[in-house]
Amino acid sequence: MTDLTSTLETISRTRTGATVEFRGLQRSFGATTALDGLDLTVEPGELVALLGPSGCGKTTALRTLAGFERPDSGTLLVDGEDITGVPAHRRDVGMVFQSYSLFPHLTAIDNVAFGLRMSGVGKAARRARSAELLELVGLPQHAGRFPHQLSGGQQQRIALARALALRPRVLLLDEPLSALDAQVRLTLREEIRRLQQQLGITTLFVTHDQEEALSMADRVAVMRAGRLEQCAPPAELYEHPATAFVAEFVGVMSRIPARSGADDGTVDALGRTLPVHGRLPGAAEVAGGTGEVDVLVRPEAIEVTADGKGTSRIVGATFLGATTRLTVRLTDGGEVMTDVPTHAMATLPVGAPVTLTLPDRPVLVDRHRRGNSGRDGS
Amino acid sequence: MARLTTPRYGRAAVLLLTGAYFLVPLACAVAFSTGVGVPGQHIGFEAYTGIFTAGGFTDSLALTLKLATATIVLVLGLLVPALVTVRLAAPRLRTLVEIVCLLPLVVPAVALVAGFSAVLRWGSDHVAGTPLFQALVALQNPDFPLVLVLAYTLMALPLAYRTLDTGLAAIDLRMLVEAARACRAPWSRTLLHVVLPNLRGALLNTAFLTLALVLGEYTVAAILGYQPFAVWILAISGSQAQMSVAVSVMGLLVTWMLLLAVATAGRARRPKETS
Ligand SMILES: Nc1ncnc2c1ncn2[C@@H]1O[C@H](COP(=O)(O)OP(=O)(O)O)[C@@H](O)[C@H]1O
Ligand SMILES: [Mg+2]
Repeated sequence: MTDLTSTLETISRTRTGATVEFRGLQRSFGATTALDGLDLTVEPGELVALLGPSGCGKTTALRTLAGFERPDSGTLLVDGEDITGVPAHRRDVGMVFQSYSLFPHLTAIDNVAFGLRMSGVGKAARRARSAELLELVGLPQHAGRFPHQLSGGQQQRIALARALALRPRVLLLDEPLSALDAQVRLTLREEIRRLQQQLGITTLFVTHDQEEALSMADRVAVMRAGRLEQCAPPAELYEHPATAFVAEFVGVMSRIPARSGADDGTVDALGRTLPVHGRLPGAAEVAGGTGEVDVLVRPEAIEVTADGKGTSRIVGATFLGATTRLTVRLTDGGEVMTDVPTHAMATLPVGAPVTLTLPDRPVLVDRHRRGNSGRDGS
Repeated sequence: MARLTTPRYGRAAVLLLTGAYFLVPLACAVAFSTGVGVPGQHIGFEAYTGIFTAGGFTDSLALTLKLATATIVLVLGLLVPALVTVRLAAPRLRTLVEIVCLLPLVVPAVALVAGFSAVLRWGSDHVAGTPLFQALVALQNPDFPLVLVLAYTLMALPLAYRTLDTGLAAIDLRMLVEAARACRAPWSRTLLHVVLPNLRGALLNTAFLTLALVLGEYTVAAILGYQPFAVWILAISGSQAQMSVAVSVMGLLVTWMLLLAVATAGRARRPKETS
């Protein structure tokens, strides 16, 4: 709060993010369990995206950190300090909400200055600081407008400026882009990321859009039913999903019927014997050698070759640009999605018999799911 | 053309009819009270000047305004925090609060005042000599009868509840409060700097309706023996026909002026914040 007339450079230089730790957070609403023992650590200056299906507890996790919800049990640490009992207005946390949350009775600049006014910063100083923040989010010319005179994207920028004005230790964003149209969403996404890196502020970004999470975050925390499923950098999450749930939630997965081998941790799929990767929900059945399982493979990892003697058949093709997604029906009736370069389509017309080949790598295995060959994760 | 102009004529006719409905009796009242149109009557404003010279005009009006201000403050002071809290923290209590607030609708003013009198009489009989008795006396202080403020607050509850509840429903209260709290505003300042400014319309409407209620209230004040404007105006008109009509016209004008003042205050300037 000292040097309020500082330039952008000094904002970024003086910035140091905080460590945020969720430890065993539990929260129930009546019969609904929103958080079921959430454990997560966010490193200083890191942007972690909380990703998960609707209702998995992302918003509740964020609101608990902001101090709007009390956990039934568990602790919240910021820089090692327990803040579980600290009221919301003393948590030093900036928040941007999903819907437009600007104060309707205040102009853009007064909205940005609100927190400074509440902290007792003098009028001149808060004017200067607010103007600087409006500059930072690219809206200095809209200082005098009321929220209803601003577009959705502009409102969210102002909301971001308002959240950053107090130099919070942690920035929380709850699906800040989900109410915006696609083009604005893309530009604002990049802008948030740029600002976050420039300021080095520890950030939690909630989203249910995997593309948003993968493109912005240092690490993506996938949540499921109130728990952390996996937290890893985007590439690792995509390449080495820890569970079938993560695998299918992030990106697209093809399910290929397979047969578990003996007790040696291998499966037989499409005429190949492959090692099993990781420990999985279905692992017990695999180890037990009871038979049918599904192997999960990315569509682009499956090789498709035209083969007059092939037992599988192409039954559909969806043009996706550089690649085309083929639906291939296997001998046993199951369907598999595979991606092939669009230029290869000349040799792979719909109806053609083909052979599918799996890469020679350890594969993810899940319980067999009838009549389900893949899932569009978008 | 005819199709275009017909609705306009229709509107004009409706306007004219409603205008006449209000204005003709008023004009007649003014005409009668000034002696215009009464054969053999001398024309003049004696009836009106009589009101001011009768004494008590300013006193009763001042008392009414004091009562109205106190009632508005009490109604808003009770209801705003209560309704905000219920919406944020205990949504299940909403029905209960609504029922309690609407209860005065089914209690007639006469019944209410009978209850008040009974309690006050019981009080003076049983607690004489204790501090409670002093409180009861203070409650009935003729210069500023708090007992009337309490009664009016009760009577204003249903209307105030409705307007405030509608106002609260029109804003995203939880969002605004949380946004303010994330900007380091403690509860009190959140209410003052965020909730109240966004409830401005509802607050003014409530004040307006409460003022109208207090200005026109006769029964309770008369039975408890106080003389605010509405009671005084009836008392001075006495048996004088012209004077009693002049008094009603005056009453109307004063009420309108006050209500207009509140409405204008409400529309005036958007609050400019210091950023
Ligand atoms: N205030 C509340 N009252 C009752 N149930 C709630 C409340 N907040 C959240 N929930 C429930 O908790 C679960 C998790 O909600 P939420 O954290 O909002 O999920 P997400 O943001 O991941 O979509 C949901 O089933 C939701 O219905
Ligand atoms: Mg949510």
